[in-house]
Amino acid sequence: MNPAPSVIVFTVLSGMGFGYLAMLGFGLVPVAGWAAFFGWGLGYGLAVAGLVASTFHLGNPQRALLAFTQWRTSWLSREGWAAVLTLVLLAPQALSDWLVLDWWRGFGCLGAVMCFVTVGCTSMIYAQIKAVPRWNHWIVPVQFLWAALTGGLVLAGAGLVPAAASALLAALLVLGWRIGDGRFAAVGATLGSATGLGAIGSVAVFEQPHTGGNYLLREMIYVVGRKHAERLRKIGLLAVGFVPAAALLFLPPLLAVPVAALSHLAGMAAARWLFFAEAEHVVGLYYGQR
Amino acid sequence: MGQPRVETQRPVSDEVRKTTCYMCACRCGINVHLNSGKVTYIEGNRDHPVNKGVLCAKGASGIMQVTAPSRLRAPLRRVGPRGSGAFEEISWDEALSLAVDWLKPLREEAPEKLAFFTGRDQSQSFTGWWAQQFGTPNYAAHGGFCSVNMAAAGIYTIGGAFWEFGQPDWAHTKLFVMFGVAEDHDSNPIKIGLGKLKARGARVIGINPIRTGYNAVADDWLGITPGTDGLLILSLIHCLLAAGKIDLDYLARWTNAPLLVNEAEGPEKGLILKNAESQPFVIDKRTGMPAPWDGAGVQPDLGAVWQGHRTVFQHMAERYLDEQYAPEAVEARVGIPAARIRALAAELARVAFDEAFELPVEWTDFRGDRHKTMLGRPVSFHAMRGISAHSNGFQTARALHLLQIVLGTVEVPGGYRLKPPYPKPVEAHPTPHFVAAAGKPLSGPHLGYVRGPENLALKEDGTPWRIDKAFTWENPFSAHGLMHMVIPNAHAGDPYKVDTLFLYMANMSWNSSMNSARVMEMLTDKGEDGEYVIPRIIYSDAYASEMVAYADLILPDTTYLERHDCISLLDRPISEPDAAGDAIRWPVVEADRDVRGFQSVLLDLGVRLGLPGMTNPDGTAKFRDYADYIVNHQRRPGVGPLIGFRGDGTAEGRGDPNPDQLQRYIENGGFYQAHVPEGAEYYKPWNAAYQDWAVATSFYESPQPYLFSIWSEPMRKFQLAAEGQGFIQPPDHLRAQLKLAMDPLPLWYPPFGEDAAAGYPVHALTQRPMAMYHSWGSQNAWLRQIHGKNYLYLPTKIWEAEGFAEGDYARVTSPTGEIVVPVAHMAALNADTVWTWNAIGKRKGAWALDEGAPEATEGFLLNHLISELLPEKGDGHRWSNSDPVTGQAAWFDLRVKIARVGPRDHSEPSFPVLPRVVPKGRARG
Amino acid sequence: MTALPRSTEKKLGLVVDLDTCVGCHACVTACKGWNDQGYGAPLSDQNPYGADPSGTFLNRVHSYSVQPEEGFAQTINFPRSCLHCEDAPCVTVCPTGASYKRAEDGIVLVNEDACIGCGLCSWACPYGAREMDADAGVMKKCTLCVDRIYNETLPEEDREPACVRTCPTGARHFGDFADPDSKVSRLSAARGGYALMPEMGTKPVNRYLPPRKKDRPQEASLLAPLLDIKASGFAGWLDRVLGKMG
Repeated sequence: MNPAPSVIVFTVLSGMGFGYLAMLGFGLVPVAGWAAFFGWGLGYGLAVAGLVASTFHLGNPQRALLAFTQWRTSWLSREGWAAVLTLVLLAPQALSDWLVLDWWRGFGCLGAVMCFVTVGCTSMIYAQIKAVPRWNHWIVPVQFLWAALTGGLVLAGAGLVPAAASALLAALLVLGWRIGDGRFAAVGATLGSATGLGAIGSVAVFEQPHTGGNYLLREMIYVVGRKHAERLRKIGLLAVGFVPAAALLFLPPLLAVPVAALSHLAGMAAARWLFFAEAEHVVGLYYGQR
Repeated sequence: MGQPRVETQRPVSDEVRKTTCYMCACRCGINVHLNSGKVTYIEGNRDHPVNKGVLCAKGASGIMQVTAPSRLRAPLRRVGPRGSGAFEEISWDEALSLAVDWLKPLREEAPEKLAFFTGRDQSQSFTGWWAQQFGTPNYAAHGGFCSVNMAAAGIYTIGGAFWEFGQPDWAHTKLFVMFGVAEDHDSNPIKIGLGKLKARGARVIGINPIRTGYNAVADDWLGITPGTDGLLILSLIHCLLAAGKIDLDYLARWTNAPLLVNEAEGPEKGLILKNAESQPFVIDKRTGMPAPWDGAGVQPDLGAVWQGHRTVFQHMAERYLDEQYAPEAVEARVGIPAARIRALAAELARVAFDEAFELPVEWTDFRGDRHKTMLGRPVSFHAMRGISAHSNGFQTARALHLLQIVLGTVEVPGGYRLKPPYPKPVEAHPTPHFVAAAGKPLSGPHLGYVRGPENLALKEDGTPWRIDKAFTWENPFSAHGLMHMVIPNAHAGDPYKVDTLFLYMANMSWNSSMNSARVMEMLTDKGEDGEYVIPRIIYSDAYASEMVAYADLILPDTTYLERHDCISLLDRPISEPDAAGDAIRWPVVEADRDVRGFQSVLLDLGVRLGLPGMTNPDGTAKFRDYADYIVNHQRRPGVGPLIGFRGDGTAEGRGDPNPDQLQRYIENGGFYQAHVPEGAEYYKPWNAAYQDWAVATSFYESPQPYLFSIWSEPMRKFQLAAEGQGFIQPPDHLRAQLKLAMDPLPLWYPPFGEDAAAGYPVHALTQRPMAMYHSWGSQNAWLRQIHGKNYLYLPTKIWEAEGFAEGDYARVTSPTGEIVVPVAHMAALNADTVWTWNAIGKRKGAWALDEGAPEATEGFLLNHLISELLPEKGDGHRWSNSDPVTGQAAWFDLRVKIARVGPRDHSEPSFPVLPRVVPKGRARG
Repeated sequence: MTALPRSTEKKLGLVVDLDTCVGCHACVTACKGWNDQGYGAPLSDQNPYGADPSGTFLNRVHSYSVQPEEGFAQTINFPRSCLHCEDAPCVTVCPTGASYKRAEDGIVLVNEDACIGCGLCSWACPYGAREMDADAGVMKKCTLCVDRIYNETLPEEDREPACVRTCPTGARHFGDFADPDSKVSRLSAARGGYALMPEMGTKPVNRYLPPRKKDRPQEASLLAPLLDIKASGFAGWLDRVLGKMG
């Protein structure tokens, strides 16, 4: 799949943003006054920036509001509703924290839960796609949710917990890769089944249907960057797991959080780039490419 | 929320105009839809006899051809050096005056100094007529590098050819065998036919080194070694003869098998024995005595020996029963195991004889014998360039006709059926005309069928009349001329120099020449006097092809939707076995540029030159334009370019010109069909009802029944000359070649140039993809997305031996050239053959494409590996790389060696960017 | 609208006969030509005369090489377009309801006025049946020529998809799979029509007819020679052959 910058930015920023908003919503980050303003502002900023980025890959973004209509069937629609609901639900809490009103935290807690519902919906946009076997697995929502949680924890402050979460996120990434690498074979789609010609013998591409480019090749049969996969995986693991964990444990708190957060973001960007670039759509079978 | 309402009742267009496609030589009927006068959609015409509504990828993309940015916009005159692309736009008046300034003196002094050759011209009966009026002997179309082996072998053997001139009896055939059938000609009719066979599960066998297209759907594939089809066919004949599985009755009645071959030493040896009235005769089985070949009730005796003269049948049987044709003797050479050859022979025999059937149709043959039924043999064959583009192609095509004949499957139900005006014997065709006289027209058509050495186009000193050396000892039956030799010969001044080369729709500086790079040099070479060796070049084309840069004067043609055309019975009609058919094109849209239909321009030019036939005595034009010519020209009294709606509008075939004729064609969907009457559909060469209808419909002036020529007397006459008989003698260096190639019975010999090809073990072929037509497709925005780049396909053996991988290029070397090209693997391919799609490769800057277009960077031609001449033999002669009978360019004799060079990003040779004569294309039109 | 109809009255679709398709691409450009001026936005082309031409097509013809365990490799041409699945994942993923399956005939369509061009439906389709048009920014797909098949301004015989109408070999058939007596149902039953990638659970409506068995050993027994020509000589052969004529 084409690792479009817009979707990478979307999932990475909104993941961290909702994770941090959840921390704030649960009140796990004791902020008040202008600290709260900037804290909530950061959470909202990340989440909204991600959501805005997601519209950049739309062909007709002016119709984006229509995306709220199909919540009964579409995870993308549900994600839209969840995101809006979350942001609305958390607003009183943010106001309360900023102006130190000490309102009841019910909206905050509900909004915090909704943060994870939103990220879960995002993950299901990908995990529902059977045609991309690497995505079509429970590990994907688990990774998305844990990444959001970790992102939130890292922003929430230094300590053992965010460090451990980062380490576990790295482990989940490794697990995801191990599972993902075998998914295509596990699903069993082959050029033989894609064409139904497997019953005759072994099938290979003789001639492509077109020498010119097309949407499918650009969007779904993205094979260019995969040769860098091994290196990117290592970079991703270091940036998501080792660097934040070390920073959070050993750097002075003022330095630890920014270093860990930036490293986390960079690592997640690498991981998400791989999430797309390494995802093989079964349509590639028809072109003899995966 | 409910479902959206979908508009399903939108009218497609406000007007439909029916005309004829020109995206290839099929000439399908098309419905051109217009909205507010603009073409918006093109589909096949359901009523049309050729395509019956279907349309191929090219035809359905015609809209992109009409809006292509490569369209030429106005007449151009060269102002810089030739090939520099420096042109200035001029008016039509200037252009035509310039052409007249060049041509008029030639006509008055030496008309042969004009060489007029047309490429993908579909109006050859007109362009040939024009050249005839001019008086130059130097006219032909592109058949010489395309199909003449097939055409001539067919005419000389069964009075009609493969290609589009006949087709299997799709309704009845049960076994269909294709030899080297290309997918680019007659393609929709063949596809429709294959579909019919497939729908009822009839069996299809493909004999072809490459398993693509039609061969891909064949039930059985024989991946033959290129150039050995003739040997395979003769081996099949051997098997059939040995088993006695031949149609003796058919041979005795309808072929020259029972005629006697003169065995007496001397000038008549090997000719058909004639009686005192110079008529051939047979021995009647009932009496054992000579009887007229066409006598009623005569039962010809195939086994007769009369005064020591034996029948053709015995000569034939004796030759092919020889062990050299046994499957075991040929299997290594043809690359097919003997068992498969025997199995194929058995299957042919089983279907032809065990599944024979009769149609309850009464008919009378030319002898007057009545037949209660029509016997059918449901085996049919088709063949195309694969067997024809070899230096043994003529004899191979003849061998295939012989196989059809011994099985009794030509012109019978279930077999191969010819389309009117064929069948038509050699005798009903003209002989070549070539004697040029200053200021005079030629006495008859240029192209024809030679009966013997006396018809050769040789001057008294033995030198050729024609610049392409057609109808000479080098290639006596060159019935289509030799377009591929025109530029090399004109450049070499052999046999003489010409002044003006006038070409139409012929991309000679690129894919229509062997050795394109050398041809580019020939076109730009200057002599010691500083003048171009070929002094003047006039070119007409609708598009900015590679050839345009090499012309001095360009006459821009229209696209196919902006012109009148005539698909005529005088030329290359659109008949079906059951109906003669012709068609027109008419301007369904007006040209938006300063361009004119080439045929109208020729008429204008003719009037300015005062050519007879198109000029009135007072010097005015006899025809307003080509449309007027189509209606009012008469080739013979009452016979014109179109057979339909003549006279008062009801006359068919013959009749006075009808001023409403074109309108009637337009109303009829752009075509006309004259239907073969009931009882005349089969056995046409011998069917009295058909012969009468053919005369009435104007194909000839009297019935022309004939016997199929197993033994070819015209060929034997050339052999006799080579043996030293007769006054007209060949040069000594050609005697051996003539003795071999002009054998009156089909034979096989290895393709020429095999000696020079030692060290080049691989056969290299080209095919045209079904979605592209020659060079024209690349400017088509849709088609070039399908085939924008070509690969050389390598068989598994070579792929693995050389360690090729995806993305690799290979160095491909022939005895005369070298290219470096992208490769790909293909398993379903003869193990010693490589191939590519033809004419995908383009020169940078041509066809309004970007310089970086894949066609121009990675795309390539095999032409650079092929020479029009064989490598020097050291005997001082230029031996042409052609069939020695017809002169057909032997494209498919090419032999190469392959070496891996690894990944590259562009193919070689790479030529400088052609200067643009039209701007680079940007957005789609 | 992204809910799939529980069932559809008709199941309109195509039968593609792989035994007959010669790979001529006629259906590709006929489809392009019709849909360039038909339902919804035109099928645009980018850099049509440039170094990297690209465009929207709703139907593509692949060509595969198939190597049986024994015998020669085969070339099989393979047209690919929307299969109008019963369980069409491209429909349910759509956030706007633009992608839908018609209750009356099962055609899967995109309502371009509602399409935001997110591309998710194309991700959900295992078959590559959807291409986003780069100019219009909306998803394009096979409509089964919904603007032909019911179009009473066309002659009745022309009320079929453009690809079917143009196919020179007649390798494409259009009809209602819900009707067991329809031509497509009968053809599919008779020739073993199959669905693509059943493991994706999409329940395609379109069926592909497999190529018939190729390169089978011949049924005809080998031709026995009439007699031993070496022993009898040519004269003996001639005698025997002509004796048959009676």
